[in-house]
Formats: sequence, structure tokens, C-alpha cells
Amino acid sequence: MVAEANVSKQNLQRQRTLQTLRTVFMPLGQLLLFIVGSAAVLGLIVVVVAFFLSRSDPKIMQTAIAILPQVMIDGMVRGFLFATIALGYTMVYGVLEFINFAHGEIFMVGGFVGAGVAYLLMQWGLLSTLPWIVFIVIAIVMGMTVSGLLAMATERVAYRPLRNSPRLVPLISAIGMSLVLQDVVRLIATSSPLGFNARFETPNFGKPFQIASIPLGERAIPVQISPKAVIFIVAAMLMLLALNYLVNATRLGKAIRAVAQDRATASLMGINVNQIISLTFLIGGALGGAAGVLFGMNIGTVNPYMGFIPGLKAFTAAVLGGIGNITGAMVGGIVLGFLEAFVASYLSLFTGGAFSGASYADIAAFSILILILIFRPEGLLGESTTQKV
Amino acid sequence: MKRIVSLIVLVGVLMSLLAACGSTPAASPTAAPATAAPATAEATAEATAEATAEATETAEATPAAMTVVEYILATAAGMTPEAAAALGTIKIASQSPLSGDQSALGTGIRNGVELAIEQANTALAGSGVEIAFAPFDDQAQPEVGSANAKNIVSDPDILCTVGHLNSGVALASLPDYSNANLVMISPANTNPKITESGYANAFRVVGRDDLQGPIGARFAQESGVKTVYILHDKTDYGQGVAEFFKLEAEKLGIEVLAFEGTDEKSDFSSILTNIQAANPDMIYFGGLYPQAGPLLRQARDRGIMAQFLGPDGLDSPELAKLAGDALEGTFYTTVAAPVSQFPNAAQYATDYTTKFNGAAPPFSAQAYDSAAFCQAAIVTAAVEANGKPTREQVLAAMKSLPALSGITGTYSFSEKGDPNPATYYIFSTNSDPALWDQNELTSKIESAPPTE
Repeated sequence: MVAEANVSKQNLQRQRTLQTLRTVFMPLGQLLLFIVGSAAVLGLIVVVVAFFLSRSDPKIMQTAIAILPQVMIDGMVRGFLFATIALGYTMVYGVLEFINFAHGEIFMVGGFVGAGVAYLLMQWGLLSTLPWIVFIVIAIVMGMTVSGLLAMATERVAYRPLRNSPRLVPLISAIGMSLVLQDVVRLIATSSPLGFNARFETPNFGKPFQIASIPLGERAIPVQISPKAVIFIVAAMLMLLALNYLVNATRLGKAIRAVAQDRATASLMGINVNQIISLTFLIGGALGGAAGVLFGMNIGTVNPYMGFIPGLKAFTAAVLGGIGNITGAMVGGIVLGFLEAFVASYLSLFTGGAFSGASYADIAAFSILILILIFRPEGLLGESTTQKV
Repeated sequence: MKRIVSLIVLVGVLMSLLAACGSTPAASPTAAPATAAPATAEATAEATAEATAEATETAEATPAAMTVVEYILATAAGMTPEAAAALGTIKIASQSPLSGDQSALGTGIRNGVELAIEQANTALAGSGVEIAFAPFDDQAQPEVGSANAKNIVSDPDILCTVGHLNSGVALASLPDYSNANLVMISPANTNPKITESGYANAFRVVGRDDLQGPIGARFAQESGVKTVYILHDKTDYGQGVAEFFKLEAEKLGIEVLAFEGTDEKSDFSSILTNIQAANPDMIYFGGLYPQAGPLLRQARDRGIMAQFLGPDGLDSPELAKLAGDALEGTFYTTVAAPVSQFPNAAQYATDYTTKFNGAAPPFSAQAYDSAAFCQAAIVTAAVEANGKPTREQVLAAMKSLPALSGITGTYSFSEKGDPNPATYYIFSTNSDPALWDQNELTSKIESAPPTE
């Protein structure tokens, strides 16, 4: 009897582990599916359009195909940026049904902390001697800590006192917070050696990885991905996994989900709602901070206003993916990133230079978004709800 | 209770913010105008006067453009004693920021004018002509400039103004000058609108922003560029410059591969993919350094080694900070060159240093020239009027001045008041922010103002 009970216990244990693994890794699979899917669909569209246009000018087809792999890589890197910021929006929305418009600034603060850490390391002469992985870990941990604590403090000061007021009130408070944070950072940055436009020093990561080289006429166009972008993508995937594990397989996650479902009941079950909401902001802020560090490192400069536009787009990505849904945020980010990269790179080519791709990328990408949302208002992975912001 | 605590925290944050804001202006450097040591100044002025006198004798042989000082002396010699006696007080005003964070440049302008007036007075000592100086502080603010302008025109002794540092301030003050027909010569304003707005009294001794594009294209052609990829930042300034660059480049037979605008500030990967496919000899960027820095870095990271050219929006040590080593092969066009770039200004630079205890900042040599042209016009008008000229007469004299050579170049003024020719400079950049002032002059192009 005892042995049988043990066996069934073991079975149960194993089943549980399997289930946990599934809930943790399933989203990654979904994400990969969407990456491959959107790349394939957009790539196909490009090839078809190029085919029709190439009747008048055969060079269009050649160029279109030659830059296609690079555009896909650009889109993926861009997508992961939106995705990592969108995680923070979606976490907070899931729990509070409230859009934290200051999240873009939390992201920017992360970037500044990273730049500050790099600056200090350089001043101490450690930047070139430190192994790159150590540098990245230090910068990300610092960025996550500061941004997480800042997000928590923001919630404590600007949102919690307004929690029971009408929905619009904390929204306005969030917009105010976003402006305050921008200018406080500007003040600190301009009076520190970093300056308004701060350079993000990095150890030398070496040349970009050359994946392939596509001939175009007598030249070859390289397909490459920079080591920083690879780090970005790997870190973003790790963040998604960690977040999934935390939300779906831990006691804390269970408490977060409970608070998200029904605050009053959760509180009756002995969950400290205020604490859980604080922790949600901490986690969301820390993810935003990590994204800021990685982004700053990737592009090489940070400034106090850099969080606004990516924040807005990440919010869009979160809505596109189905706000409140963690995997949805990632997927939405990826789709938006791909759309932007494709439009930016191909619009000019396909219109014979009449429309500059880079300047119309946002318009085109957002038009497509509106279309998607008309047909799927709950977002790509969202469940239909009647809740509105 | 909790509410009270958070209220106190909020108030505390706001207070500290206010305090921090309040302390910033005080922290920013206010360049103290150097007080002149009279003894040395006189000595220098005498020395200069002698030097100029000598120069006058030697220069007569060459039919090349007269220097302004020679012209003033020659004209003043034709003045009758009665006219000289009737002159009374004549003043030249200057308007530039003497306080605030642009005061270093503004004070340079004031000092340049002061030096010019002082040296001319010494040279004219025997003729009875003496000009006084009235400096004004426009604080780099249009409303202050405009208020000062009303003060200036209400003083009938002021016959000419040198100013401003900022085009916005000049445009705000010009209507007042214009109503009083008071000549304004700008040592620094490059905005086309200064001379394009129909003010007959507006003149300048520097080039125009809208020629930076064409000048860039001519430089591109000189350096053997065959294909160019044009980017701009979609602002009036950036896109404007880029469009003029494009027009001229096409005229010169350079192939324009693309003309794209972007307000992206950080991640340029999509644009770079297209650039990589197009493989241009040169990337022209119409915009400012905060965008150009990361763009350059990311381009060089990707192995795009095309030449990079931009307008004076790139002229900032910040660019070197942001882009670092990626700056190799980067050039910018500008209308303002440091004083060291003018061969005739060496004497001026020493005089300035002796009088004001510091190196002459950019635009101060142009201010010196502006003041000299003012004096030339005033003296000419005085001779014609046979006494104290009116502002209208000074304006007419200004328009009729022959081509005269100052310390920054030889100018005559076009109908609109633009200098002909104006000189434009192309600098190659330096990757060390501390050495930005020592950027190497790559090329110098003279160009007449646009006639249309």
C-alpha cells in the first residue's frame, strides 16, 4: 500500500513537473511559430509584389530578394525590443486593468542606469578587461533593480492613492508620472558627466556575425547580425521563460493570478493585495529596465526622451497581442517589429522612391494594425472580454 | 494618514525639483566680459594705427579690394572741417547675448565691435570723427531683443547696429530697425529669412543656411563621389538642407540613390539595410548630431564605410562623444569658422587676446568686420551729407559701398544684403570631443548668394 501510494505520488509529481514544463515552454513554441509565420507571410507578400513590379524593372526583384534575409533579422530584433517592453504593460494591465503610461520612462531609466554602470566601469578601467558576459550581467542586474524599485515607488506614490477613483484618474496620473520621470532624468543626466545624449560604452563585442552573402550584380550583400542583437534576443527569450515560470508555476504567480481575477476575493483568501500589486510593478519594472539596458547597449546611446516612442509602440504591441496575456505581448511585439521593418525597407523600393519607407513606416504599420484589430478586437492571443480602459 | 504621508513625499519631490531647476541657471557659466586694461589697449591701438597707416601706403600699388579701414580713412580725409564739427555724437550699437548660456559667443561679438570702434577712432584721431559704442544684451531671447531694438531706434545718435547671435532674435528685432531705417549687420545669422523677408536694412557678413546643401554637393563632387544616399530628419532645417543638396548634386551629375526622411532617433537598422544594398559612395545626412551619432555608429558597425557628410547641425563635440571612432570619413559644412582660419585675422586675434584676456570666440571676427562696414557706411554718408547723416543716408551709403576686404574676407553686399561672395567651410571631424575645436579644414568654397 505504502509503495503504491509512493508510486502514485511520484506519478503525480512527474505529471506536475511535465505540466509546469509545458506551461513554461509552450509560449516559446508559440512565439517561434509566430516569428516563422510572420516572416513567411510578409516574405511571400514581398516576393509576389516584387514579381509583379519586376515586369517593368527586373532589378526590383533582385534587390528585393537580396535584402530579404537582412530585413527579417532587422524585424526580429526590433520585434523583440517592443516585446520586452510590452511585457511590463501587459503585466500591470493583467492585474490592475490599468495602463501604466510611465512604463516607457521606466524602460528609459534602465537604459540610463546601464549607461551609467558602463561609464563607471570605463572610468575604473575595467570595461575592456571584464569578460563581456560579466559586464552584461552587472548592467542588467543594476538596471533591473533600479527600474523595478522605481516602478514600485511610482505605484506607491502616484497610483495606489487613486486606486478606487474613476478609471481615468490614475491614467492621467500615469501620464503625469511619465513627464516627471523624463525631466527628472534629464536634470540628473545633464548635471552628471553622462550628459543629455549619453553614450553607452560597451566592451568590444567584435564584428557582426556574417550569416550569408547574397550576390547582387557584381557585388555581394552580406546578411549579418550583430553580437549585441543576439544577446538581446537570447535575453528576451530568457525573460519570457522566467516570467512564464514565475506566473504559472510559483505560489507568487498563483497569488498574482488570483489578484488579477478578483481582488476582493483574493484578499479574503489571505492574499495581501497591496503587496502583490507592488510586486507586479516590481517585476514589470525590472523587465522594462532590463529591456532598457539591452536596447541602450544595442544602439549605443541613450537620452531622457528615448522611452516615449518605443513605449507607445510597445503598448500597441501589447494590445495587438491581447493585453493582459504575456505570450500575447511578445507575439504582438514581434508582429509589429516585422511590419515596421518590412515597410521601412520595401516601401521606397516598391514605389520607385516616391514614398520614403523610413518616414512612412509608422503609418503603414499602424494601418495594418488597425485592420488586424478590426477583425480581431481582442488581439491575436487575447480572450474576448468586455473590459475597456 | 497614508494620504498625508504621500502628499508630503510628493511636495518634497516637487520642492527638490524646483530647487534643482532654480540652481541650474546659476551653475551655467556666465562669461564675465573682460574689463579692458586701458594702458595696454591704447598701446595696441596705436600700434595698430601705425600698422594700418603703413598698410595704406603699401596697398595703394595693388588694385585689389581696399581694406575697410583704408576705405574709412580715405573717405574721412575728404570730409570738410565744418562737416566734421557738425557730426556731434555718433553711436554704433551691438546686440548679442551677454548673459545666459550663450554669453561666451555673445560677449565675443560685443568685444569684436568694441575693438573695431576703438581702433577706427584711433586711426581717425585727426579728422574729428569719433564714434561711441552702445552694447545691448539680448539674452538670446526674441522679446528682449525686440525691446532693446525699440530702445536703440529711439536714440537718434545710433546710426548702425551689429547683431545678433541668434536668427530668431534678429527676426524679432528687424521690424523695429526696419521702421526706423536703421542698418543691421549680422555677424552670425545664417537663416535665409534674415535677408529674404524684404527688410532693406538687413545685411550680414556670413553665408546662408540654404547654401550649405549646394556647397556640400560641390564638395562631394570635388572628392570624387559618384553616388549618394540622402537622409534627413524631416525638420525644416534638415529636410531643407537635404533638398538643396539633392538639387545641386543632380545638377553636378552625382547619382542620387535615395532620398529618405526619418524621425527614428535610435534604431536605424531598416535604413541601413537599404543603404547596404544601394552601396553609395557617400551618405548625406540633413539633420542634427543627436541622430547622426547613433546612425554613424550603427552604420560603421555594419561595415558601411561610405563617406558621411552633413550640414553644421553636426558641428558639436557631442557628435564625437556619441560616435567616437565611427567618425572616420565624416565631414560637415559650416558658415562659421574659428578665427584661426582667417589669414588676415592674425593681428585681430592678438589684439583681442591683449585687450580681453582670452581667445577670440567664433563670430567675433565677423562682428569686427560688421562694425567696420558700419563705420565705412557712416563716414561715407557723413561726407555726402556734409554733416551728421540721417539713418536713411547711412542705409543708402551701405548699399553703395564698393567691395571691401575685412579680416574675414572681401565682401560686397547683394541687393538683399547677403555678402558676395560668402565663404563656406568643410571640416573633417575629430573623434576626440576635447579636440573638436581643432577639426581639420578640408576645403573652403566661396559662393555668391542665390539671386532668386
